[in-house]
Amino acid sequence: MSDGPKAMIECQDIHKYYGDYHALRGIDLTIREGEFFSLLGPSGCGKTTLLRTIAGFEDISSGAVLIDGKHMEDVPANQRPTNMVFQSYAIFPHLSVAQNVAFGLRRDPRGKAEKAALVEEALGMVGLKGYGNRAAHALSGGQRQRVALARALILKPKVLLLDEPLSALDRKMREQMQVELIKLQRQVGITFVLVTHDQEEALVMSDRIAVMFEGGIAQLDEPEALYARPRDRRVADFIGVMNFLPAQIIGETDSHVTVQVGGLGQVDLPHSQISRANPDDPEPTIGFRPETMTLIGPSQPHTQARETEAVIDEVVYYGDMTYYDLRLENVPEPVRISMRNVFGRDVQAVGTRTRLAWSPGSLVLFR
Amino acid sequence: MTKRIFDAEARQGYSLIAPPFVYALLILAAPLLTILAYSFLTDGYLEVVKEFTLENYAQVFSDPIVRKIMLRSLLVAGLVTLVTVVLAFPVAYYVSFMVRPERKSMWLFLITIPFWTSYLIRVFLWKVILGYNGVINSTLTGLGIIDEPLTFILYNVNSIVLTLAHAYAPFAILPIFVALEKIDRSLLEAGRDLGESRVMTFWRVTLPLAMPGVIAATLIVFIPTIGDYVTPELIGGGKIPMIANLIQVQMLALDNRPLGSALAVTAMSIVAVVSLIFLFLNRRFLKVRQ
Repeated sequence: MSDGPKAMIECQDIHKYYGDYHALRGIDLTIREGEFFSLLGPSGCGKTTLLRTIAGFEDISSGAVLIDGKHMEDVPANQRPTNMVFQSYAIFPHLSVAQNVAFGLRRDPRGKAEKAALVEEALGMVGLKGYGNRAAHALSGGQRQRVALARALILKPKVLLLDEPLSALDRKMREQMQVELIKLQRQVGITFVLVTHDQEEALVMSDRIAVMFEGGIAQLDEPEALYARPRDRRVADFIGVMNFLPAQIIGETDSHVTVQVGGLGQVDLPHSQISRANPDDPEPTIGFRPETMTLIGPSQPHTQARETEAVIDEVVYYGDMTYYDLRLENVPEPVRISMRNVFGRDVQAVGTRTRLAWSPGSLVLFR
Repeated sequence: MTKRIFDAEARQGYSLIAPPFVYALLILAAPLLTILAYSFLTDGYLEVVKEFTLENYAQVFSDPIVRKIMLRSLLVAGLVTLVTVVLAFPVAYYVSFMVRPERKSMWLFLITIPFWTSYLIRVFLWKVILGYNGVINSTLTGLGIIDEPLTFILYNVNSIVLTLAHAYAPFAILPIFVALEKIDRSLLEAGRDLGESRVMTFWRVTLPLAMPGVIAATLIVFIPTIGDYVTPELIGGGKIPMIANLIQVQMLALDNRPLGSALAVTAMSIVAVVSLIFLFLNRRFLKVRQ
């Protein structure tokens, strides 16, 4: 461990049962110091349970949690070097903003004036300078969020745990807070662990993401790797949009697999482009992202890439983007392609016969 | 303005509240005003002389017996309130925090069981339990633990406080329970997360947020107990009267209605002042909560 970054949180084979329900199924995870780490998954996948386990609000049935190298088994929540931003923010309604932020400083030996300066500094850090005397109930959702952040960060924890902190905010506010959280994390250098069900949020903010399904970690990777090379079909389905085409494996060598893809024809794929299919649907399929293929207008010349004939089935206009649902020959379900509406490119009409340009490098085989 | 008062919707509203309004006027306001009027009239033995006087109030405020009984009533009501609220809080806390959600309504139902029998019968039952030859004393003498029956549990302030505290327990448990139920449980986790032990979290988060319920319970218990008549009469054996007993004596036994009325008005004013102080406190706690 001396060469790489230090491990801040280590989860070792954590199991958690609620009665008969197996909520966490053998979680092995290392979160590095100073990292922005996300636990991503659909509701009920155990991500919040795992976060609460790290915070000390849930006992684990077996396994171990280590924070900064120390076993947390006998350390209660109030003595762990973690602080949490709750989903509901949990701002104390009977206290002012400053009293909320100063809540955890009670046993701090510093003087009153010094603490007041700390509170003001923490409020300044989250953009709430001068809000100290406001009553907590008079704050907007975004402001509560900031108070919750200041209240946690003032204690300088080793780890900040964030439980779906942005889910209650409207879209614009959420996007703004995402950027602010990233900046804040870089500024304070504390390890952040974020729980979210929003794949976009996780991709935007995280250094690394653990995708969880049914109490286990399906894939732990950097955002780019997670998006481009999902390790199995569930992950591919959950993160972003992915098109699936039926496929048939017709040959395999040490270096590549030869696949007959419905609508696209025969391709050779290296082993690095092969992921696992769902266990309950073992038929091989080919997946690709909407933005990895391009529509070519009828007047445009042929390209170096491979081309396939297609008919536009549906057009969804998003302003900056247009989504096209295309019908390929011999494929029952339409595939979705996204195109940037750059200058000079017209939005095409439904029913147009067009060509689809693509390269085998953007395909992933699930089998 | 006149137009608004008489539009159809308003008329319907007024006609709907009219019957209870008239009823309340006759049953509550009229007797109250009569009492207020009586308290300023002269007593002519067996009859009320229609002559304005402040003599009744002068007597109420100067008579040492009245003062003693008034103070005793305040003391008893204060003690009952203290005992009831202090005992009710753990019960409410237990039901709100420890009982599983699907069992809570059953617990509340159990708490209201004492209301199934009349107040008078419950008071009598306490007399049976606490009496000279009552359940407690005969059991203890029968077991040879004591030779003489205990006397400190009957016909004194202790027994009055005990009986009233039992009678008013549900009235204190319910508002405290409601206040505790409203507390967002993540606030308690936040308290722990910010480094406080369970005890300190209770002290700094749970208790302040439960205060509106505690103050409501205090008022609900204090106001009726200060004017309680039955319990001092039966449990106190008539030897330790409270203000209601004194009013009854003046009104009926001595037929001095003006003095009785002046006592009633004074008692009511004292209760009103105490209640207003509590309401003010309640407002202060509530102000931050909304």
